[in-house]
Amino acid sequence: MGKAELPLHAPGTQVDRGYIGESVPRPNAQRLLQGRGAFIDDLRLPRLAHVAFFRSPHAHARIKKLDFEKARRADGVIGVFDGRAVAEYCKPWVAVLGHLKGIKSPPQHAIAIERACWQGEALAAVVAESRSQAEDAVALIEAEWEELPVVVDMEESLQNKTTIHPELGDNICFNRELDTGGVEEAFAKADVVVEDTFHFGRHTGVCLEGRAILADYNAAEHSLTVYQATQAPHMMQDIFSRHLGIPEANVRVIAKDVGGSFGIKVHVYPDEMATAALSIMLRRPVKFVADRLESFLSDIHAREHRVKVRLAVSKTGEIVAFDLDDLTAIGPYSVYPRTSGIEGNQVVNLTGGPYRHQKYRAKMNVVFTNKNLTCQYRAVGHPIAVALTEGIVDLAAQKLGMDPAQFRKINLIADDAYPYTFPSGLKFEQLSHHKALDLLLKTMEYSKLRDEQSRLRQQGIYRGIGIAAMIEVTNPSPAFYGVGGARISAQDGATLRLEPTGMVTVMCSVTEQGQGTEAAFAQIAASAVGISIDKVKVITGDTGVTPYGGGTWASRGAGIGGEAVLLAGRALRSNMLDVAAAMLKMDKTELDVEKNYVVNLLTREKKIDLAELGRVAYFRPDTLPLDFQSELTVTRHYTPRQYAFAFTNGIQASLVEVDVETGFVQLLKHWCVEDSGTVINPMLVDEQLRGGVVQGIGAALFEECVYGPDGQLLNGNLADYLVPMAGEMPDIVCAHIETPTRQSQLGAKGVGEAGTAGAPGAVMNAINDALLPFNARVTAMPFTPERILKALKKV
Amino acid sequence: MKAPSFAYSKPQSLAEAFELAERPGAKVLAGGQSLIPSLNMRLSAPELLVDITGIGSLRGISVEQGVVRIGALTTHAQIERSAEIRKHAPLLAQAVTHIAHPAIRNRGTLGGSIALADPAAEYPACLVALKATIVVAGRDGERLVAADNFFKGLFEVDLRPGELVVAAEFPAILKEERSVFLELARRHGDYAIIGLAAHKGAETRFVYCGAGATPVFAKRASAAKDLDTGKKALEKDLNPPADLYNSSATKLHLAKVLLTRAWNTLTTSH
Repeated sequence: MGKAELPLHAPGTQVDRGYIGESVPRPNAQRLLQGRGAFIDDLRLPRLAHVAFFRSPHAHARIKKLDFEKARRADGVIGVFDGRAVAEYCKPWVAVLGHLKGIKSPPQHAIAIERACWQGEALAAVVAESRSQAEDAVALIEAEWEELPVVVDMEESLQNKTTIHPELGDNICFNRELDTGGVEEAFAKADVVVEDTFHFGRHTGVCLEGRAILADYNAAEHSLTVYQATQAPHMMQDIFSRHLGIPEANVRVIAKDVGGSFGIKVHVYPDEMATAALSIMLRRPVKFVADRLESFLSDIHAREHRVKVRLAVSKTGEIVAFDLDDLTAIGPYSVYPRTSGIEGNQVVNLTGGPYRHQKYRAKMNVVFTNKNLTCQYRAVGHPIAVALTEGIVDLAAQKLGMDPAQFRKINLIADDAYPYTFPSGLKFEQLSHHKALDLLLKTMEYSKLRDEQSRLRQQGIYRGIGIAAMIEVTNPSPAFYGVGGARISAQDGATLRLEPTGMVTVMCSVTEQGQGTEAAFAQIAASAVGISIDKVKVITGDTGVTPYGGGTWASRGAGIGGEAVLLAGRALRSNMLDVAAAMLKMDKTELDVEKNYVVNLLTREKKIDLAELGRVAYFRPDTLPLDFQSELTVTRHYTPRQYAFAFTNGIQASLVEVDVETGFVQLLKHWCVEDSGTVINPMLVDEQLRGGVVQGIGAALFEECVYGPDGQLLNGNLADYLVPMAGEMPDIVCAHIETPTRQSQLGAKGVGEAGTAGAPGAVMNAINDALLPFNARVTAMPFTPERILKALKKV
Repeated sequence: MKAPSFAYSKPQSLAEAFELAERPGAKVLAGGQSLIPSLNMRLSAPELLVDITGIGSLRGISVEQGVVRIGALTTHAQIERSAEIRKHAPLLAQAVTHIAHPAIRNRGTLGGSIALADPAAEYPACLVALKATIVVAGRDGERLVAADNFFKGLFEVDLRPGELVVAAEFPAILKEERSVFLELARRHGDYAIIGLAAHKGAETRFVYCGAGATPVFAKRASAAKDLDTGKKALEKDLNPPADLYNSSATKLHLAKVLLTRAWNTLTTSH
C-alpha cells in the first residue's frame, strides 16, 4: 500500500492525506530558540536542595573508612550520606531478564556500599543549599581505601584470572550461542573463505543537556513528583514506586524539555535514584544535574566489542555462511532494567542481516570489567553488526575481484521474497534492499565516482567509496523486553480532546527528546481529525497527564505513538460527527470533517464550524437530544504484535579522501537511502538520519573512552574526548523508499537510529577502499591518524 | 562543576594591577578562555582574580618603524581581522585561524596565550619563529625578554610575581621573507597533534608546537641545506611526548610531513 492510499479518511472520501508527508516546522522550535525551554536546571522550587556526589577515584577498591566530619560542618551543608543510609530508603536492583537465559549481575545500590567497582561510582552524597557548597563539602570527605585488583581488558576478564564478583563464580554476565547447523560443512566446501577481526571502541552519547533530576517528596500525601530528563517517564514511575516504596499512583514523573538522549536517558542511574531517596529522607526537593566531567564517568558507555567473523563464499560470489565470535565488556554491573546483554544479543541477531545465506553460527560473551557501565545507546548493536558484516563482505568481494556494489546485488534478499525468516530467527515483513541499492547507486552516481577515483589515484590522491547495507530493529513488540519480565511498556497511548473552540489537545505517552516527535504527532492528529495544524497542541512527558506507555527508545516513537494518535484522532472525528449529526439532524454518514469545519461528505459544503460544535457540546448540550451524550475526549492505544519488530532497511555510502602521509581522513560526502515506511515529516526524518550519521561518524573516526591499565578514564572531558563537529562533517544526502508496514494504519517504521547504525561501516569500507593500493586495511574503530599510519607502515 | 569561591577585582590602571597581582593566591584574568574552565573544573583555586580587561593601554596592534607590536589584551579575533597583521605578520594571520572557534577567539587574548604557555598553543611557536620580544612589566618597570628565553618549561614562563605580559613585538615581514604555519588537528579548532611555525628571513626557523614542554625550535633542521638532511636532523631536534592518541614516533613522523610541506612552501616563490 503506497502512502497516497493511507486510509486517513473514511473509505470512499476524496481528500488529501492532510499533513502526512509534509515538512511541517516543529511547533517547539520557536520556544527553544527564544530560550523558553523548560529543562530541569531551569526549575526553581522553594526549599530546593542540591546534591553532589563523592565518586570513587579508584576503579576497584574496598572502602575502609569514609569520614564525613569536616564535610558535615562545611557551609550550607544539609546532610552527608553513605550507601547504607540511602539503602534504608532505596532497595537495590538486579539487572537480569528472563529471556536472556543465564544472564547474571549482582545487586546494585543507589550509593555503593563497602566497595567501588569503577572509577566514578558514587560512594557518598552531600546535600547542600547550593551545588557549589555541596562540591566544596565533597572535597572535604576523607576516605581510606584498600585497592583491589583491576580487570580492564575484556579478554583478561573472560579468562577469569580475577573475578570481580566472586559470588557469581566468573566474569561472564551473559553468553549466547546460535547455530543453524551445516556451518562447518559450508566453510569446508566454500570456494573462498575470508576472515577478519574487528574492534569497536567504547564510546558514549554526549547529550547537550546532561542527566538531570529534581525529586520533590511530599510527606503529607506520601507522594513523589520527579522532574527528570528521561525517555521513559512511566518506566521510571514504576521504578521509583517499587524501589522507594511509594504507591505507583503517588509517583508522578514529568519530563519537560529534554536536551538530547540517544539512549543515555532510558536507564536507571544510581545517582538519580539516590537523589529521589534523598528527597524522601530530607522531605524537601533535591536536584542533581550531572556536570560534563561526571557525565563521562557515570552516563552509560556503549560498544567495546572485539568480533571475529568468517565468511564462506562461492566463486560466483554467493554468500554461503557467516561464523561469528563476539566479545563485549560492560563494566561491573548489568544496567537496570534493560540489562547490558542486549547489545551483544543484537550483534548476534543482526549480523549478516541484509543477505540471503542460510547458514549461520554465532558465539557471544558479555563480560564484567572495572570500567563505567555500558548499556543501550543509539542503534544498540547495529553499528557493530553492520560494520563487521559489511567489512567482511567487502573483503570477500575484493578477494573475488568483484565490485562491492555488484557483490551486494548478488546477495541482498530479493524484494519479492517476503515475508522472510532470517537464519537468526528474525522475521521480516517487507524490505526493499534492491530498490534501496539501486536508488543509492543512482543518487551517488556510483560509476562516475569510481572513474573519478581511478583517475585521481594516478595523481596520488587516494579516495575511497564505502557501502553499508543494513536492517534495523524498530517498533519493538513486547518480545524485546516485556517477555523477559521487564516492566517496560511496548504499547503506547494517546488521548485527544476537542476543546470548546475547536482546538484539539493531544496527550501522548511517547516523549519529546528534542527530535521533533511532538511535531509528527500534531501532523497526524490534525490529519486524522480534519483540522489545521495550528489548532493542535501536543503534551507529552507527564505520567500524571498522558496515557500509559513506553516512551522514546528503539526507534518506536512515531511508529507506535503515532499510530495511537492516528487511532484516537479517527475516533474523535467519529464522535465529533455524532455531535454534528445530532445538531444538524442529518445522518452521520453524510458528514465529514475538513479544515476545521464539519462538511457535507459529498458536496464538501461547510455545515458547522468546529468552534460552534464545541460550544454546543460543552455549554449548550441541553439543545441536543435527551438521549445523546457527546464524547469529545478519546483515548486509543497501539501495540505492535504480529512481528517482533517492524524491520526497516537502508543503505549508506561514504566518500572519503585519505592523506596517506598524515593518516588523516577527509569526509567528502555521505549518502543515506532509508526505507522507514510512511514518512510523516521528511524534514524531521532527514534531520534524524543526518544526526544519526554524524553520531556514527563519531564512532568511526573520533569517539573513544580511553582507559588506562589501572581503570582510569583518561579522556573524560570534551577537550580530549572528540565528539564529531560540524567542521569535519560531509554533506549528507538522504533519499527514501517508502514501504509502509501493514501492522499499523499509519505505516510508519522507525528512523531515529538508522544513520548511526550504518555510518561506521560505510566510513570504514571507504577508508579501506582508499587504502587498497597500499594493501593496507584498518579494522579498529575509531580510525585515528595513527592507526591508519600504522596500517600504512609509516610508523 | 562549579568554581570554588574567589575574590574578584578589576583594576583600571597598570599600577593598580601590579599591586593586586602580587597578592598571595592572585591570578590574572584576561580573556578567561583557559582560566575559567580550569576554575570550573576545580583544577585551580586562586583566592583572587585580577581582571585586567579594563586596562585600555594593553590593547591594540601597531606597526611602527618596521616593528609589529600587539598589546596583550588584543583578542584572537582582532588579530584575525587585522589588515596590518595580514600584511606584516602573515605567520600570525595563518596561525590564528587554527585557534579554537569564533566564540573563543572573540575573548581569548594574545597575552593570555603567551602567559599560560600551553606547549600546544600556536602563538608561542610563532613568536619564537619570528624572534619576537615579549614586553613584560611590573612595579619595577618594563623588561624585554626574547621569546627564545621567555618560554622556560611546561606552563612556565619568565614572569615574576606581580608582572604582566604587556605586549609582543617582532619585525614586520620583509618582501623577500616567507612564512608558513601548518598544523594537524583531528578536528578544526582543537589543540594540534603537532604544529609548525616556519619563517624564512635572514635566518630560517622551524618552530614546533605540541612537540615538547615549550615551543621547540628545531635548530638542526632549520640550519639544514636540503629537505632530506632537514628531516634526518629533525630526529635529533625533536623528542615529542606521546599524547592520548599519538605515540612519540607518530608525532615525529607528522613533524617530518609538516617540515616537508613547509619547506616546499618556503622555497616556492610567490
